[in-house]
Amino acid sequence: MMPQNECCYRLNHLDRSWDIDVYMANGGYEIWKKVLAGELDPQEIIEEVKTSGIRGRGGAGFPTGLKWSFMNRLAPGDKYILCNSDEGEPGTFKDRDIMRYNPHQLVEGMMIAGYVIGATAGYNYIRGEFWEPYKRFDNAINQAREAGLLGKNILGSGFDFDLYTHLGAGAYICGEETALVESIEGKKGQPRFKPPFPASYGLYGKPTTINNTETLASIPMILAKGGKWFADLGVENAGGTKCYAVSGHVEKPGNFEVRMGTPFKDLLDAAGGIWKGRELKCVIPGGASTAILPAEKAMAMNMDYDSIAKAGSFLGAGSVIIMDDQTDIVKVIENLSHFYWDESCGQCTPCREGTGWLYRVVKRIREGKGRPEDIESLKNVSGKIMGNVICGLGDAATIAMTSALEHYEHEFRHYIEHGCSIYDRQ
Amino acid sequence: MVKVEINGQIVEAREGDMLIDVADEAQISIPRFCYHKKLSIAANCRMCLVEVEGAWKPLPACATPVTDGMKVHTKSAKAIAAQKSVMEFLLINHPLDCPICDQGGECELQDVAMDYGDDVSRYTEAKRIVGDRDAGSLIQTDMTRCIHCTRCVRFGQEVAGMMELGATGRSEWMEIGTYIEKSITSEMSGNMIDLCPVGALTSKPFRYSARAWELKSHNGIAPHDSMGSNIIVHSKDDEVKRVVPRENESINEVWLSDRDRFAYEGINSSERLTAPQIKQNGHWITVDWETALQFVVDGLKAKLTNSEKVGVLASPSATLEELHLLQKLARGLGVENIDHRLRQTDFSMDVNGYQTPSLQTSIDAIEKSDSVLLIGSYLRKELPILNHRIRKAALDNAQVHVVNPMSFDFNYKLANEIIADQDNLVSQLAAVAKAAVEITSENEQAWLDDIEVSDVHRQIVQSLKAADKAEIMLGQIAQSHASFARLQKIASVIAQETGATLNILPMAANDLGAHVVNCLPQKGKNVSQMLNDKLSVFINYGIEPEFDCVESQAALNAMKQADFVVNFALFDSASQREYADVLLPIASFAETAGTYVNANGLKQSFKMAVEPKGEAKAGWKVLRVLGNLFDLQGFEQTHSNEVLAEVLDNDQPQIDFNAVQVELDNADESYHMISPYAIDGIVRRSPSLQATPDANAQLTLRG
Repeated sequence: MMPQNECCYRLNHLDRSWDIDVYMANGGYEIWKKVLAGELDPQEIIEEVKTSGIRGRGGAGFPTGLKWSFMNRLAPGDKYILCNSDEGEPGTFKDRDIMRYNPHQLVEGMMIAGYVIGATAGYNYIRGEFWEPYKRFDNAINQAREAGLLGKNILGSGFDFDLYTHLGAGAYICGEETALVESIEGKKGQPRFKPPFPASYGLYGKPTTINNTETLASIPMILAKGGKWFADLGVENAGGTKCYAVSGHVEKPGNFEVRMGTPFKDLLDAAGGIWKGRELKCVIPGGASTAILPAEKAMAMNMDYDSIAKAGSFLGAGSVIIMDDQTDIVKVIENLSHFYWDESCGQCTPCREGTGWLYRVVKRIREGKGRPEDIESLKNVSGKIMGNVICGLGDAATIAMTSALEHYEHEFRHYIEHGCSIYDRQ
Repeated sequence: MVKVEINGQIVEAREGDMLIDVADEAQISIPRFCYHKKLSIAANCRMCLVEVEGAWKPLPACATPVTDGMKVHTKSAKAIAAQKSVMEFLLINHPLDCPICDQGGECELQDVAMDYGDDVSRYTEAKRIVGDRDAGSLIQTDMTRCIHCTRCVRFGQEVAGMMELGATGRSEWMEIGTYIEKSITSEMSGNMIDLCPVGALTSKPFRYSARAWELKSHNGIAPHDSMGSNIIVHSKDDEVKRVVPRENESINEVWLSDRDRFAYEGINSSERLTAPQIKQNGHWITVDWETALQFVVDGLKAKLTNSEKVGVLASPSATLEELHLLQKLARGLGVENIDHRLRQTDFSMDVNGYQTPSLQTSIDAIEKSDSVLLIGSYLRKELPILNHRIRKAALDNAQVHVVNPMSFDFNYKLANEIIADQDNLVSQLAAVAKAAVEITSENEQAWLDDIEVSDVHRQIVQSLKAADKAEIMLGQIAQSHASFARLQKIASVIAQETGATLNILPMAANDLGAHVVNCLPQKGKNVSQMLNDKLSVFINYGIEPEFDCVESQAALNAMKQADFVVNFALFDSASQREYADVLLPIASFAETAGTYVNANGLKQSFKMAVEPKGEAKAGWKVLRVLGNLFDLQGFEQTHSNEVLAEVLDNDQPQIDFNAVQVELDNADESYHMISPYAIDGIVRRSPSLQATPDANAQLTLRG
């Protein structure tokens, strides 16, 4: 049995684990108190986080310690720490369970991060549909405030810091960090052109650090047990544990926190294996924005950044979508391309126009009205979006498409030539 | 300075400048849609993608700051591929209805597509269709053509200062629309037509009336306010089809007020007077010019023995040449009752001389002001171009204060707003003056003794005093105020005590010019006296007294009781036919050569754009012939330039306000609100402007 739930989900099995009493009975807020007492200075914390090897868990995998070091905590003026809980990537639901079952660890992580970067306030931007997690997190903030752990002059330390919850309104794009910032400011959720980066011009134009929920929730454990402990859990270039949301054609879909570098097949086993006794066809390992991997590549890889990259995809947000051997890839791509078309913010031309083009062509193919030149169009249009857009959404929209065509072009051709799926009886 | 290599060419630039500006400077063209030099950077159209060595993907030139040693390729295979990709995406959902689109021929999308588009579309799916918005009487929307560049949205936020258009929805269903189905009401809204790179926003009055390539362009000067905005008059078949701004960074930048853009409709009004008319035995008959002018000469000669009973009212929108010859003719005939200040009611300052209204600081320098005090002015509607400069200053942290008889909707934040709604504009302004005296000097100003000062008055003074560049401006409402003289004196005290510059803003295109050529009653009666002293003869030049004089009822009565009324008129009207004896059709601003002197005293001449309507003649020519018919000297000019050459810069002595004494008791507090779209006959006959909310003065008020 592989070790599970060692960091973010460590309390999830406990009764009322979201209560501050349960959290504090399990060592919660000890680090925060040490920080406030001056026993841990910001530079030490950053070094410890660097040692842990933790990389951003939202998908981009940027080293967290390095990101924090971009902020000058002594610079005058307001600074902000933002938590990105706008978990909207298809197949991703790992952060939801942190907020549902271990919200205080996230609160503590945000406080520590806020202290390190010299923030005066923090906002947790929660996906609009996450009502229960929103209530749990908001309740956690209130409990922390009542316990005197948040607010003015916290525990007599002279440090002022407060946290706020911001519920999104249902746009995938608001998970893009600068669109998230715009959304908190009350504007339409559209990514900003970078540079300037949020570290210099973020929320309300002030220096801002934006981290993923899982990243921030890992911080208290990293500091409690040491960066080295965390790093040693994982593999080289990928420290710690990782929460995977496993969905699709498995017997027991759900969230699994396992160590970085765990073999994919072990994770698959943990999720009960392929359902109905079928075989694995392919996997999207990191959420809809990462490339599809055929079974043979997936079964040979481990779940860490480098191994998945070697297999030809990306760890992303750790959203593992399992597809069995009866899966019609054209329908999968129709579904995904509809998603990106619908969720494109509409700001920049290639994404706004290109995602609709891709979707309509795939839809037509799936309806049996495909034409031979459509395959070339899909590849060509994807190539014209890639790299020409403001944010990652447009790029992401092409990745599933391009990888599907790389591995399963024959299924598209079958639709075009026969007007139906390879799985349909002739 | 840094060195950047663009297409192998070394270009010097300031570090941090955007690549597109640097390339533009070096005459290297990069296609673009969303970028506009007067708007913030959006980087959303992606048309300006270029290859920058070292970057894995093409970068938008509009949002890429240059760095030393940067190597850029705007025409490399990678750059062209990116640009062509964007072009293809822009066109797939564009209706390509160029043959029926007004933008055709001057469309940025069309132009760029010539270079970067393919001749056949690969896109065979259904195209997007977007419902049109009713944006009011000035702007026609065809939103299916929209390419989502958001220039119009940014214009609203950044320039007009009102968020009238916004983007709603997302993905390809993102739509540009008016905020909860309102019409667009900005006084600068027409600029969105120029900004729109496609035919999504076009001019409603111009719609379907000409193709861009059929139009002839004539440089002109905007005639409906004192800014002297540079314009291009577009004509087809000798008819003015539209007016668009001509870039002049020191005056109107790239903008034009709606009034100056759309008022041209009045030129083509069916009410234009197209032939001379005389009234004989109570009947109007159409005659030729010779007969009409002889009729004028005969009619006037009979009355000139009593020349103090003859009054000349001149339009402050007439050209310098016309105003010069008009006063020359009048004085040649011994007539001294001559004035152009039709919207003034208090002339008591005249005993001290004539203060030439002017904007002392150049228009472009106004945006560098630190503190501005507006007195009796809804500047936004009065002089939109000047207001825009003040808005820029306000956005740059200048403090703007107003003292007004009512609250107006300014498109910037006011530092202090004093609303004298208790009929106490004079005492409110006097309180500012008293605060200034108290704070800055111990000068004895006994006449201010009874005035009560509050913190807001002191704050205004402190702001003006602390400012490096402070301006005090008296606007239209102040100038029409029954206590204008008091307001001038009080304002002069504030200016003197705080070191601010005092500006009595010229309103009409040639207010300042009329002063330059002395269209003023040096020895005669002012407008008010003329209208109320039962004169027997009126010569009305380019005006409709009953609409252009603020004392409109007095004007109508004066005309009706006069024995002989000569109207040099652009328009025919039933009311003129009731009181006038001769109607002489004269040319509009587009139909004559001439000169306007703008608020800064800048003389700007222009040529005739189209032939005058019907038998109408350029006014200066009519006046010249009349001079000949009266055998006067100095009416031999054959070209408008010769008239202009006679105009000497009139160094009229200005008023020493220190010597002026006023009393504050019993000040008459009546004033006039004039709709921005009622200021002259041409504007009044522009149906599109008249259909806007601003045409009703009451509706422009807040609340």
